[in-house]
Order: sequence, then C-alpha cells, then structure tokens
Amino acid sequence: MNNAVEAHGLEVTRGSREVLRGLDFTVPVGEVTGLLGPSGCGKSTLMRVLVGVQAKVTGTVQVFGQPAGSRALRSRIGYVTQAASVYDDLSITENLAFFARVLGVDRGEIDRCLEAVDLGGHADQVVRNLSGGQRSRVNLAVALLGKPDLLVLDEPTVGLDPVLRESLWVMFHRLADDGAAVLVSSHVMDEAERCDRLLLMRDGVFIADGTPAAIKQKAGVDDIEQAFLSIVRGAR
Amino acid sequence: MSVRRTLAVAARVLAQIRRDPRTLVLLVLVPCLLMALLWWMFHDQPGVDLFDRIAPALLAIFPFIVMFLVTSVTTLRERSGGTLERLLAMPLAKLDLLLGYALAFGLLAAIQAACAVGVSVGFLGLDVQGPVWLLAVVGVADAVLGTALGLFVSAFARTEFQAVQFMPALVVPQILLCGLLVPRDAMPDLLGRISDVLPLSYAVDAMNDIAGSSSTGDVWQNLAVVAGFAVACLALGAATLRRRTP
Ligand SMILES: Nc1ncnc2c1ncn2[C@@H]1O[C@H](COP(=O)(O)OP(=O)(O)OP(=O)(O)O)[C@@H](O)[C@H]1O
Ligand SMILES: [Mg+2]
Repeated sequence: MNNAVEAHGLEVTRGSREVLRGLDFTVPVGEVTGLLGPSGCGKSTLMRVLVGVQAKVTGTVQVFGQPAGSRALRSRIGYVTQAASVYDDLSITENLAFFARVLGVDRGEIDRCLEAVDLGGHADQVVRNLSGGQRSRVNLAVALLGKPDLLVLDEPTVGLDPVLRESLWVMFHRLADDGAAVLVSSHVMDEAERCDRLLLMRDGVFIADGTPAAIKQKAGVDDIEQAFLSIVRGAR
Repeated sequence: MSVRRTLAVAARVLAQIRRDPRTLVLLVLVPCLLMALLWWMFHDQPGVDLFDRIAPALLAIFPFIVMFLVTSVTTLRERSGGTLERLLAMPLAKLDLLLGYALAFGLLAAIQAACAVGVSVGFLGLDVQGPVWLLAVVGVADAVLGTALGLFVSAFARTEFQAVQFMPALVVPQILLCGLLVPRDAMPDLLGRISDVLPLSYAVDAMNDIAGSSSTGDVWQNLAVVAGFAVACLALGAATLRRRTP
C-alpha cells in the first residue's frame, strides 16, 4: 500500500517528559486514519511532528518519502491545530484570502473551502463574533486550501453538533477517496467507528493499530470504548 | 523568500489595524498631541527656545517606542493565538513574515511621521534648517528599527509580561543615552561610548542635523547607520525565530 507517513522509533521529549515513547506507524493514502486516546496522551504532539513544528524529535519520520518538516512538504500538508488558529479581528474571507496568498492558491479555492465546511453564508463575518463551532470550521477551511495531499486534523469535530459532524466525516472520506491521506485525532471514542483505521494511543505508546472491526474482535467486545478499556486492563 | 508572501503578510497586518480604528487614531494622534504639549510647556520660558532643541529628538523617539511596543504585542499575539505555528508549517520563509511586518508598520509610521512633523513644523513653528520631508524619512527608518527590534526580542519573550518588560530594559536606556537629556559628547567617557553603539543615538543625531543645518551629508550617514541596525535586527530575528518549538 502507498503510505503518506512512515515512522520508526519516534520519540519526543517535551520539557523533561518523554511524551512519545517509541512509535512505529504508517498513515496510508486513500484512508481516514483515526488517532484516538485520552487527553494528554500525545496526539497533538504526534501531529506537530508530522507538520514539522515539534522540537526534540528522534527516530525517523518520513512524509511522502522526505523527512517530516522538509520545505517541499509544507505546501502538501493541511494542518488543523487543536485551538482555532485564525485571526480573530479579520473576517472569514479575509482569513482565508490571507492563507490562500501565503500558499499561493487560487482565490476560487476560498469559496470552495467555505462551502465544504458549510460557512458560505457567513463569509463577511468577523471571526471574533462567531460561535465556537463556527470558529473551528474556519480553522478547518484553512487546512483545506489547495487540496493538500496529507491532512493532519487535530480534533476538528470538537464542539460541533451531530449533523455537522456527520457531514464533516463524509467530507473526510471523500477527501480520502480523492487520494489524500487523512489523519484525524479525537479523544471521543464514538468517532472511532467512522475511521478506516485506528491508532489507539495511551501515554505516548500505541496500544492498538488496525481497523475498528479487527480491534474490537481481538479484544472480544463490540465497541471501541470497551476495547480500549479492556486492552488497558489487559496491559496491567 | 517571496515578494507575494511578504506583501500578503503586510496586507494582513494592515487589515487587522484597519479593523481597530481606535489604535489607528491613537497611533497618529498621540505623537501630535505630545508635540503640542511640549510646545505649550516651553512656550513662556525665557532664553533659548527649548522646544526647538528638544522636539527633533522626540520626533525620533516616538516612532521608535510606539512601533517597538505595537510589534511586540502583535507578534506575541500571533504566537499565543497559534497562527504563528500554522504559518510556520506553511511554505512561508521566516524573512517573509518579518519583512511583511516591517513593511506594514513602516507604512503606518510614514503616516504617523507625516502628521507629527506636519504639526510640529506647520503649527508649532519648529525651526528646521534642512529639508522638512527628511524628518519624516528618518522617522520611518526609526519606526522600522523599532519594529525590527520588537520582532527580534519577541523571540525571547514567552509571555506578554516579559514582552512589556523588554521596553524598560532595551528602550529606556537608549532614550537616556541618545543625547536628549545630556549632549552625547558631554557624557562620561564610558557612557558616550555606549551611546555610540545604540541605534537610537544615530536617529536623534539625524533629526538634530536636519533641524540645525541645511547640509544633509551627516544626515544620510546617520540614516544609513539606523537602517543598518534595522537590517541586522531583522536578520537576527529571522535567525532566532524557530520553526520547531518545544
Ligand atoms: N509545551 C509543552 N511543554 C512541555 N510539555 C508539554 C507541552 N505541551 C504539551 N506537553 C505535555 O505533553 C503531553 C502530551 O500533550 P499533547 O498535547 O500531545 O496531548 P493530547 O493527546 O493532544 O491531549 P488532548 O486530547 O488534551 O489535546 C502532555 O502530558 C502535556 O502535559
Ligand atoms: Mg491535543
């Protein structure tokens, strides 16, 4: 299979703590890979490694065959930070127009990305005056600019209503079907079923890696939350 | 580095300021009002015209302080808001970001300097021997210097509190030693030599030269020193800005 990301022995130290402790994993093209685990287990840290903004990384992490963080990769990755990283004092369109110019993508992309996150009707609203869910959708829209080959999405569906969440997951799968690799993190286990493949993380190590069905079967339970708990108990 | 990206950053910073008209008004109005206050204070003093002696130095000091502060706050906001992390994960050279900021604040400084110089010379009767427009040019160079220094030190500030503390630490000594309070050649030897390596001294010298003489040779020389410091600070800023953070 064609992999967007291949990592071997990935370790990261933040402060004096070893946050990621020897990870081996791949993120395949054409699938939605879920990165799930409890708060503080290292999901955001792993994503920061992939986009090349995390310091003190050891091990090898290749993205499209190049070391993570390489200059040539920067225009091929769409990154959604966990907290909305957009300018509060600019309108939605101004935000997207700015990032589009930085990325060098066509202005037509702006409307497409706004439609994709269902914000078409609010384009001229200033971000400061948006609801939390609307802000996080602006944040997501920025990552979609220019149709990146790898999408690194840090909890993109937090705080959104079920209808919108559903439509975003449909979009993630459509992006994967169109040939992108999509990595989505979440600490809500009920989103697990929506992923093609799961990486279950706890305290900086993976405790399971496979399709939702395979993970459930191996643990002998019928939902991912139970599987997670039973693997954790088994590991003790 | 890319011109398109540099311009994108500058346009975005200006759009943010435009959304904040109060800041814009304060930026332009406060220096004018302070010059008027200075004029009023010295108005009835007998003897030498102290306003003429002090005003040129202040025209150099205001843009430097204001742009230093505005830049420190804006870049810190960019860092804590996460947009810096997002930008650094994008194909944006660090210099694109820094030059974009310098360009945007340089433009604002041009408006600020034009107004402050206009008020001082037009209404308050500041006596200028050299070309008046050159006062504004030095003001802009000085503002860009403030911006460059602000960008450089913001790499070392983790919090807003730290950023604000850089102002008394790095800016106030330059004001004390720039020749405003005691002429530079009348200072104790060591202080005079320190003042020789501080960029604001050259900006104040340039302003004083313009006000005091119609020959502009020294002005360009001092201006070049100010610009040199600004370029050096931008280069240091680019070198100290880290894409990868802990
Ligand atoms: N800047 C930092 N300096 C030192 N330690 C940090 C820093 N940021 C995060 N950490 C630590 O790294 C660990 C992993 O953090 P990370 O943000 O990757 O967790 P997460 O899985 O994304 O959690 P959440 O679901 O709450 O977002 C945490 O224990 C956290 O305390
Ligand atoms: Mg996180």
